[in-house]
Amino acid sequence: MKLVIGIVRPEKANDVLEALYRAEVRGVSLSRVEGHGGELERVETYRGTTVKMGLSDKVRFEVAVSDEFVEPTIEALCDGARTGEVGDGKIFVLPLERAVRIRTGESDQAAVTPVGANR
Amino acid sequence: MSALPIAAAAEIDSGDTAWMLAATALVLMMTPALGLFYAGLVRSKNTLNTFMMCVGAIAVAGVVWALVGYSLAFDGDGSLLGGLGYFGLQDVTFVPREGTTIPHLLFMAFQATFCIITAALVSGAVVERMRFGPFLIFVALWSVLVYSVLAHWSFGGGWLASGGTLDFAGGIPVEMGSGFSALAAALVVGQRKDYGRQALLPHNAVYVLLGAGLLWFGWFGFNGGSGFSTGDPSVLAFVNTLLTPACSLVMWFVLDLIRGRKVTAIGAATAIIVGCVLITPAGAFISPGWAMVLGAAGALPCYAVIVWRPRTRVDETLDVLAAHGIAGFTGILFIGFFASLAWNGVADGLFFGNASQLGDQALAALVTPIYAFTMTYLLLRVMGLFTPLRASEQEEAIGMDFIQHGEEAYASGEGAILVMPEADGEVMVADAS
Repeated sequence: MKLVIGIVRPEKANDVLEALYRAEVRGVSLSRVEGHGGELERVETYRGTTVKMGLSDKVRFEVAVSDEFVEPTIEALCDGARTGEVGDGKIFVLPLERAVRIRTGESDQAAVTPVGANR
Repeated sequence: MSALPIAAAAEIDSGDTAWMLAATALVLMMTPALGLFYAGLVRSKNTLNTFMMCVGAIAVAGVVWALVGYSLAFDGDGSLLGGLGYFGLQDVTFVPREGTTIPHLLFMAFQATFCIITAALVSGAVVERMRFGPFLIFVALWSVLVYSVLAHWSFGGGWLASGGTLDFAGGIPVEMGSGFSALAAALVVGQRKDYGRQALLPHNAVYVLLGAGLLWFGWFGFNGGSGFSTGDPSVLAFVNTLLTPACSLVMWFVLDLIRGRKVTAIGAATAIIVGCVLITPAGAFISPGWAMVLGAAGALPCYAVIVWRPRTRVDETLDVLAAHGIAGFTGILFIGFFASLAWNGVADGLFFGNASQLGDQALAALVTPIYAFTMTYLLLRVMGLFTPLRASEQEEAIGMDFIQHGEEAYASGEGAILVMPEADGEVMVADAS
């Protein structure tokens, strides 16, 4: 059981969702975050004030999956988010100690398996 | 023909002039109002670019109108096109035009605001992907090739006006002109990359409602000023501008209830625009009662096109065709049926026994869409040979605000570092060239 965190470009978030859906990964949370990862900074000008936007908007996916779904999830994140330019984002895979489905009290493997899933 | 109007006709009326000064300002306000309306309908990353297309139209169409557009539309009564006698506003002075009681210069400014908003309207077809520079060039050429020509035909003594076609405030040049040009522009520029694949939703419905409300407010100057006086036609058009959109709103509520069991806010904003457009050509030609019928009945074809268009492959993004082209078409034809001599002192329609008026209206309703569509299509095709009209897919994904203007509508400022003039590092600069 792993927690897969993917931080991607906001404009690629829909492509990632599509890729995850195709890979039959169903349970997803996403949040809008700001961050910096070595990409070129954007320069914007407001009247006389020129600024470097040090933080870029990103979308952070969190997907808790059983072990057999780890690779498909990573592949889907890469496929959906890649543009080839610096700033495409990162994927982190963390061990997951415990998971509980609030509605039923199911835990661990059963909790991260989506309702109605085949595997 | 650049001769000054005949001296006998030149009597300035202070009341008329006062109202037309105010009306001109009201109509100019409609273009930023349209910017707000359009900005609310697009995604947040394209807010500024969408608004700026309207601001750009004020700049470019305003200048081109003063230089050459006004002359081509309003100099002389040539059948197809005016002359160059008013080129650069020469001979446009305080002496009134024939048949008006306001300074000629003010007449020119009032008409300029019409040209500006019409050019801005077309942007609704190409938002979220068209590059800003080519759009400005398009506005400059389009306002001459399409708007000035149609304005001459219907307002400036051209063949439609002299043939008896009635158009009070611009159903021909403004509404049908923008609506059918928008369709052509959408076809040439092409659909947004995510169109038909992702839901592309309005990002701020409050902007949309406020923009529509301000447009309605400005439209009292648009229709109420198109009589160039404070006389009966202006009063009738002014009051009809209240009644028709109100009826369109009620009808839209009913249609929304039937279709989705809920009355929608963006639907209401659309209904206001549709109602104002419907009454634009018919303003002072039909009775208040028939104006109310027009508002309710005319909403039907516009609603149908708005429901149908997103199911097609045509990404005419903000439905300029439905809200302006179809509504203008309907209003122009409605005059042919229900114009009333008792109210307008000009002509009756078919319903009151004058069938030939319907023929005159149908002619304009047929020719205007063909001319606007064809000229806009050719203009953008030719422009496309010299410069790409749209941003790359990657730029479109990032958003036109940053790519075209180097600004964001909703910048948080967090993590922003001031750039001192001497500092230079490797940075990503928006390239809008």
